[in-house]
Amino acid sequence: MSSTSLPPVLVVVSQHVAKKMMRALPVLLTLAVYGTVWAQITPAAPGAPSDQEAKIRELEDRIIALENMVRELKAAHGAQPAAGAAAATGSTTAPTQAQAVAPAPPAPGEAAGVPVAATQEQAIVQTGGATSMAKALNPDISAIGDFIGAFGRSPVTGEVVPALEMHESELGFQAIIDPYARGDFFLSFGEEGVNLEEGYITFTALPVGIVARVGKMRSAFGKVNTLHNHVLPWIDRPLVTDNLVGGEDGIDDAGLSVTRAFAGPKGLFLEGTGQVFRGDSADVFKSNQRNDVSVVGHFRGYKDITESTNVDLGVSYARGHNDLGSQFLTNLYGVDATVRWKPLRRSIYHSFVGRSELIWSKREQIASVQRSFGMYASGDYQLGRRWFFGARFDTSDRARERLHDHGGALVLTYWPSEFSQLRGEYRLARYGENITSNELRFQVQFVLGAHGAHPF
Amino acid sequence: MFKRVILGTLLAAVMMPASAFAKKLSVVTSTQDLASLAQEVGGDKINVQFIARGYQDPHFVEAKPSFLLILRNADLLVTVGLDLEIGWLPPLITQSGNPKIQVGANGYLDASNFAEILEKPTGIVSRAQGDVHPLGNPHYWLDPDNGRRIARGIATKLAELDPDDAVTFQSRFQDFDKRLSEAEKNWEAQMAPYRGRKVVSYHKSFPNFAKHFGIEVVDYIEPRPGIPPTPQHTIEVIQTMKAQNIKVELIEPYFDLKTPNSIAAQTRAKVIVMLPSVGGEKPVTDYFKLFDYDIGLLTKAFQESQ
Repeated sequence: MSSTSLPPVLVVVSQHVAKKMMRALPVLLTLAVYGTVWAQITPAAPGAPSDQEAKIRELEDRIIALENMVRELKAAHGAQPAAGAAAATGSTTAPTQAQAVAPAPPAPGEAAGVPVAATQEQAIVQTGGATSMAKALNPDISAIGDFIGAFGRSPVTGEVVPALEMHESELGFQAIIDPYARGDFFLSFGEEGVNLEEGYITFTALPVGIVARVGKMRSAFGKVNTLHNHVLPWIDRPLVTDNLVGGEDGIDDAGLSVTRAFAGPKGLFLEGTGQVFRGDSADVFKSNQRNDVSVVGHFRGYKDITESTNVDLGVSYARGHNDLGSQFLTNLYGVDATVRWKPLRRSIYHSFVGRSELIWSKREQIASVQRSFGMYASGDYQLGRRWFFGARFDTSDRARERLHDHGGALVLTYWPSEFSQLRGEYRLARYGENITSNELRFQVQFVLGAHGAHPF
Repeated sequence: MFKRVILGTLLAAVMMPASAFAKKLSVVTSTQDLASLAQEVGGDKINVQFIARGYQDPHFVEAKPSFLLILRNADLLVTVGLDLEIGWLPPLITQSGNPKIQVGANGYLDASNFAEILEKPTGIVSRAQGDVHPLGNPHYWLDPDNGRRIARGIATKLAELDPDDAVTFQSRFQDFDKRLSEAEKNWEAQMAPYRGRKVVSYHKSFPNFAKHFGIEVVDYIEPRPGIPPTPQHTIEVIQTMKAQNIKVELIEPYFDLKTPNSIAAQTRAKVIVMLPSVGGEKPVTDYFKLFDYDIGLLTKAFQESQ
């Protein structure tokens, strides 16, 4: 019995138990099919057609159960390629046993031609699948490209975008770690250099409904701060985010987070989040010594008004030390409101999201306390399956000096498919220095790999 | 004294789920079809809630926080699987704070494990094929035989979670099986004259239905899964329909009827809003009524277009 007669995958990849079962499967399948045929051609005892039917049905069910087992096995099979390789050299009994049953399929196959072809085809599919199935336990990997172009005068605050830029390439790795936790990594690459945007473990099996996260993460301060670039409804971020909450990077820090949801009266969803961070976030917080941790708290209430409309309200608080030293604190207070409308029957064609955030900053400085306020209000309407139109109004003080900026933006987005997006934005900002910036930005975003969840 | 009261309350709160509510399992399903099947076998021994409504596109459901409220207390979550819910269910499961229903936990049940799955792609799978499902077509519940298999799978799982009522679940399944077999005969008889008839559909939602009842879905109005109709493809569909004398278009309730209607105008075909799910229309309240409704529509359309 030479191994040359075997399908190559069974020789090369050799997870011990899986292998035995995989070998036996064609036989079982063929027998099952044969059994079905037999059941059909055998003259039934008079008056027992339902018995026969039941039997056929049972056999069908068993075939389907076997098919699903094949699917699972294929997934498990490739899951441990390293272990498999070791087993290949170590175990001589497995191939021999499998060989013993391997020649069996042709015999029943002769009776009904089809199963033979099916068995062969299966072997081919397995071979092709072997390489991809080896990835079964790898995390879900995705890459998101974010290309931005800009015309017009650059903004004074916030990120300066050059004429053409591969703004960000974000790699996501997501997987279930063990029965108690899952892990998420988002690495964002600029054209040069890389930044760990987020990387955390989420404990999903804690008692009393607590969900905890440990790692580096975007903090729960308000709405925009929690969002990655590629899920924003705009190319830029609102002025208030640039001025008071750290701009594109935002409050994004290493620490831990605890969230608990509560059921309020009348279907009200309540959620409280508490977070403690090292205290380093963009230009907002700076940890000058170990004790300079920052804290963020968010409380959220959500209610479905109808099946298509819902309201989401939140209050946020953040406190940390600023770059002037350990004795200087910055306190941030936020209120956010979101109204969503999406008719369920036509959910892929029309929707509306209205958002607003109000943020107050109290920054202790050497001679004074700088109090600032800023807000944005925006609306995004889905015109059709692929088209979205949005507008935003911005106004904000600066965090450090007594200057006030305001402006707005108009956005048009086109989605060729769920996995790519083209966007144009007209952006106007009048800065406190008496500078007006008129900009036209455009953006191409694209997703490779694992299908991520749609943001809510 | 005060401390004791608090302690007592806490103790009661901890003990309650084990004693007072243990009799009634809380089951959440991702779709309304699975809810109907779970209800059939669970009867009054379970509380069933679902997430996606029957008239919603199950690929695009919003992960609303209100769903967390029903998930956090669930003993069992039944999903369609095969990546149908990939866009919305994973974050809900993670945020539910409920260890019982995490993927792979005892209270997580993927119904696709029991069903016959069609259209498993072979060869190279890429998004050039649209929003392709690499594990096979997830719209598998529209075959009564799969309905039976799923129901059996759910009954087995319920019995595992609540052994005291195992006999009830088993007998309820047998009763369901019997009623389904009878209904199936009726449905098959209604469809028998139309075996081999060709149709087009908007999305690949009906392969299992087509296979079971012997009709053939020849083409799709969307050029690739998840990609909206294009003028070029629409012309091709019209040509195919004319060439093969196809007179019926099956449209899911959540798709726009503009393109199907314009195709119908040129091919003199009938557009029927065929329901892929329980709850797609008000009267369709359970798994049986789903087939009654769809087969009623379909046979009428076939009859009229003869």
